[in-house]
Amino acid sequence: MPVAEVTAVTHGQGSSQHAAQHVAHQFVDADQQHEAGTLGMWIFLVTEIMFFGGLFAAYAIYRGLYLPAFEFGSRLLDIRLGTTNTAVLIASSLTMALAVHSAQTGKRKALIAFLLLTMVFGATFLGIKAHEYVHKWDDFLVPGLRFAPTEALPAGVTLPNLQLFFCFYFFMTALHALHMIIGLGIMTVLVIQARRGRFSADYYAPIEISGLYWHFVDIVWIFLFPLLYLIGGRY
Amino acid sequence: MSTAVAEVPVATPVNYLNAKYGIRSWLLTTDHKRIALLYLVSITFMFFIGGAAATLMRMHLITPGGALVQPETYNKLFSIHGIVMVFFFMIPSIPAVLGNFLVPMMVGAKDLAFPRINLLSWYIYVVGALFTLYAILAGGVDTGWTFYTPYSSTYANSHVIAAALGVFVSGFSSILTGLNFIVTIHKMRAPGLTWFRMPLFLWAIYATSIIMVLGTPVVAITIVLVALERLLHVGIFDPKLGGDPLLFQHLFWFYSHPAVYIMVLPGMGVVSELIACFSRKRIFGYSFVAFSSLAIAVISFLVWGHHMFVTGQSIYAGLIFSLLSFLVAIPSAIKVFNWTATLYKGSISYQAPMLYALGFIGLFTMGGLTGLFLASLATDVHLNGTYFIVAHFHYIMVGGTVMAYMGGLHFWWPKITGRMYSDAWARFAALLIFVGFNLTFFPQFMLGYLGMPRRYATYPAEFQVLNVMSSAGASILGIGYLIPLVYFIYSMRYGPIAGPNPWRATGLEWQTPSPPPTENFEETPVVTEEAYAYAQMAPPAAVAGGNAGG
Amino acid sequence: MFNIGIISVLAMQTWLGIPIRPEPGSTIAEGVDKLHFFLTGITLFFTFIIFSAILYFAIKYRRRSENEQPAETKTHLSLELTWTLVPTGLCAIIFVWSSSLYFANSRPPNASMEIFVVGKQWMWHLQHPEGPREINELHVPIGVPVKLTMTSEDVIHDFYVPAFRVKKDVLPGRYTSIWFQATETGKFHFFCAQYCGAQHSGMIGWVYVMTPADYAIWIAGGSKGESMAQAGERLFAQYGCNTCHKNDNSGKGPSLTGKFGTQQPLKDGRTLLVDESFIRQAITNPNSMPLAEFAPVMPTFQGQLNEEQILQLMAYVKSLGAQERKAQ
Repeated sequence: MPVAEVTAVTHGQGSSQHAAQHVAHQFVDADQQHEAGTLGMWIFLVTEIMFFGGLFAAYAIYRGLYLPAFEFGSRLLDIRLGTTNTAVLIASSLTMALAVHSAQTGKRKALIAFLLLTMVFGATFLGIKAHEYVHKWDDFLVPGLRFAPTEALPAGVTLPNLQLFFCFYFFMTALHALHMIIGLGIMTVLVIQARRGRFSADYYAPIEISGLYWHFVDIVWIFLFPLLYLIGGRY
Repeated sequence: MSTAVAEVPVATPVNYLNAKYGIRSWLLTTDHKRIALLYLVSITFMFFIGGAAATLMRMHLITPGGALVQPETYNKLFSIHGIVMVFFFMIPSIPAVLGNFLVPMMVGAKDLAFPRINLLSWYIYVVGALFTLYAILAGGVDTGWTFYTPYSSTYANSHVIAAALGVFVSGFSSILTGLNFIVTIHKMRAPGLTWFRMPLFLWAIYATSIIMVLGTPVVAITIVLVALERLLHVGIFDPKLGGDPLLFQHLFWFYSHPAVYIMVLPGMGVVSELIACFSRKRIFGYSFVAFSSLAIAVISFLVWGHHMFVTGQSIYAGLIFSLLSFLVAIPSAIKVFNWTATLYKGSISYQAPMLYALGFIGLFTMGGLTGLFLASLATDVHLNGTYFIVAHFHYIMVGGTVMAYMGGLHFWWPKITGRMYSDAWARFAALLIFVGFNLTFFPQFMLGYLGMPRRYATYPAEFQVLNVMSSAGASILGIGYLIPLVYFIYSMRYGPIAGPNPWRATGLEWQTPSPPPTENFEETPVVTEEAYAYAQMAPPAAVAGGNAGG
Repeated sequence: MFNIGIISVLAMQTWLGIPIRPEPGSTIAEGVDKLHFFLTGITLFFTFIIFSAILYFAIKYRRRSENEQPAETKTHLSLELTWTLVPTGLCAIIFVWSSSLYFANSRPPNASMEIFVVGKQWMWHLQHPEGPREINELHVPIGVPVKLTMTSEDVIHDFYVPAFRVKKDVLPGRYTSIWFQATETGKFHFFCAQYCGAQHSGMIGWVYVMTPADYAIWIAGGSKGESMAQAGERLFAQYGCNTCHKNDNSGKGPSLTGKFGTQQPLKDGRTLLVDESFIRQAITNPNSMPLAEFAPVMPTFQGQLNEEQILQLMAYVKSLGAQERKAQ
């Protein structure tokens, strides 16, 4: 039998009937569930850091070995689209934070609106990314599949090394984009649940935890953007 | 919940096994105990696949020219043996079977923090296993479980991508399991269960979970890079295209060294439980053993370069990795001494679980000490890539972890199934395994020092006698592993009913019926004693319904 | 009990005529063996005390009645510290001993005779600078330090001579090296010790250690062809290197005379030592290291020259430096 009613604590989310409805059977009370969920998400984000970390480590090594090629490749990326995407993603983090705040203050309509807005920004990001990918395809800059750049290679830049840069460009941004798509999926579920009145000022843990995930995805891009787009020294 | 034959027929109490029937109730369960059994079945299956590969390998090696298969096939056999055993048996075994079953019970909770994620991790394991089985059935993979580039990324002609995907997917099963354990141990301990009152098994599982969570993602992304390189013919690890084959090794071993501690730490946790119970004493130096688990987890991330001493890496890097590799041996030594000291003035009995635990201590000591030969730079030059390495890691993984796993299965079997098995047969099997194991792997130390390289399908004739000895041992070992299969299955139907605590052990898991009800405890237990409070335990005459073991 | 097992295995080995260790065939072998046997002694010692303690306690403290109640365990800090610090000390000793041995074994003596090794699936090509080329065999004189400079044509291999206690991975795209000085004449196994595909276990051969007199005869017999430097000179002309690398610096590329072993400035401000790796990279990937004062117009020869030919060109370039110094 759940012990929630007996051990109800009057702080945070534990107190109300509404909260008690959403306490899974293995937890003693809503507080424990909230803490467990948050810790779980933080640990998951740590695993994501290690996951991307492997790629960042490999990138760092090759950039050290082949700096001219990486700088040249970076200059071939569209910095306007990259910067726009950075702004879009930061905006989406803002709307996500506002969504969490709305949930905390029990404003259901605002919550749904901000979630949808975050999704719009996310989709915009993905659209711009897709546009960039198509551009690269047209310019024959896709490693392995279609790599035959027409630009003249400056001193110190060899074709294999340039291809290596674009390997990292595509792998890292594609992995990031995959995480964003998953994030959009999560937000779709949240919107549906919010519309059904699942969340309240007493129970909004899923929103908060998803917010953590979305902010993480944003931070990964904050690292990717300078490492991929800004190392060319064109400014 | 008792064993007694009552005058009035008593209905079988509802426990997690009979609470719901039907295949859906098993495949869609979120009960950690049922998930543990799902894992038990799948990893046992994979163990016998890996074991079959090993059997064929040892049969092949009885003649210098190779008795059984072509070299190409032999190469696939050792690759499959390694991949299946490491990723689909050793890494999940104790955590996914015993950990899943026991962690919630040991902390006094009804389930893990995230039961559905737990089920998901089993399905992910199965998908990974299916990819790997496909790779085997479609013709095999021949890169070794280490997938070294550029062989794996450019030159191999076998099913590398399928096998790599299998490994990649299985990694997520590991990550989710570790995540679940960490959150459960942090957040769901029963009232009164402070960190230093936890059984040492939980400390070991916690340390293991830290490694799972931090290390596995790195090998996951590395394997993906190998698969992408194969698919797209790009040059991440191929020097002809500007890549660095050693980068693969650094990334691979950054996980795979800590992975060996994922494999051994849970075994150490089990051994702590067994030694305590079968000496009826608290583990000597409890906090030292607990902290040594954490120390091993941390230091394990700093030693990966000792797999690369002969790659031509800087000798100064070699120096640092060598020093740290010596350091990581110390916590393990501390544990061995503390376990041995626990026996002093204890009350020792020799049921099968204890035989396995004692066997672990001896064989792990040997395996661990032979690790010093490999941490030592000058000797590693001679021994790297030879059978000495094979013997070293089998002593730890088979003589260590598998024995601990068997010991744990034998110890908690009555709790899991409510039945007892034949201890006579169990002890016989344990002895067979011990003898067979040593006969299989001790000659390999000699072979290694004499210079026989590993992964060799053919070998110079002067190595034959030792190889035949090793193969003879392997046949005994194989029989030893088959016997428990028989008596365990037999016990499930015909074994005597075990009570809640047939071993008179301490620990929350023994305070519930065998098998436990789905929710584990009628009421949330409150912990007031230290772990292993054997000295405070009442003698058996006063304990109602407990079966004295043996 | 367990150690009786070990000793009986060793006894049986000796009775069956199986050696316990490979014949020590090099100057470092005895040193490595000494350390190895010390470690074996430690292993046997600690295994013995643990097994004995377990056996002794298990018998002495066996349960005689179910009502036994062992006394409460007390923590024993001094004992814990002892069995923490003693192993630590032991490990420190082993570490220092092993590392100094390793350092000493890593540095080839200056006057080493050089041999060039190319491993490829699944054979070894070994070339003496004087010209003789061997496949899966290596003839060397006794008592002379020999340095092997090695590379792979394809995947990672490993060159391992158990009798000499030397081993090193052989990697594609770069050079690794080992050295040894043989102390016994005879023939000794060498093996590939890094899994490299189908015929990995077939990639083996013999090192023949000969007296200096025999070796002189052997090498003279095999040198009817060109030396490595001569082969390199031939390739230098064949591939048109001499059109740009003229001795008087009048070509598009620098003169190579006397260049080996010097510091070469690059366009990006760094200077690199002109060693084996530099030359290999200059031939296979020249644009990755544009030189100061020269236009980066050298084409790459990767794919056109195999590793052996690159080694021959390298021998030629080295010989240009030697000539220059001789002339002075």
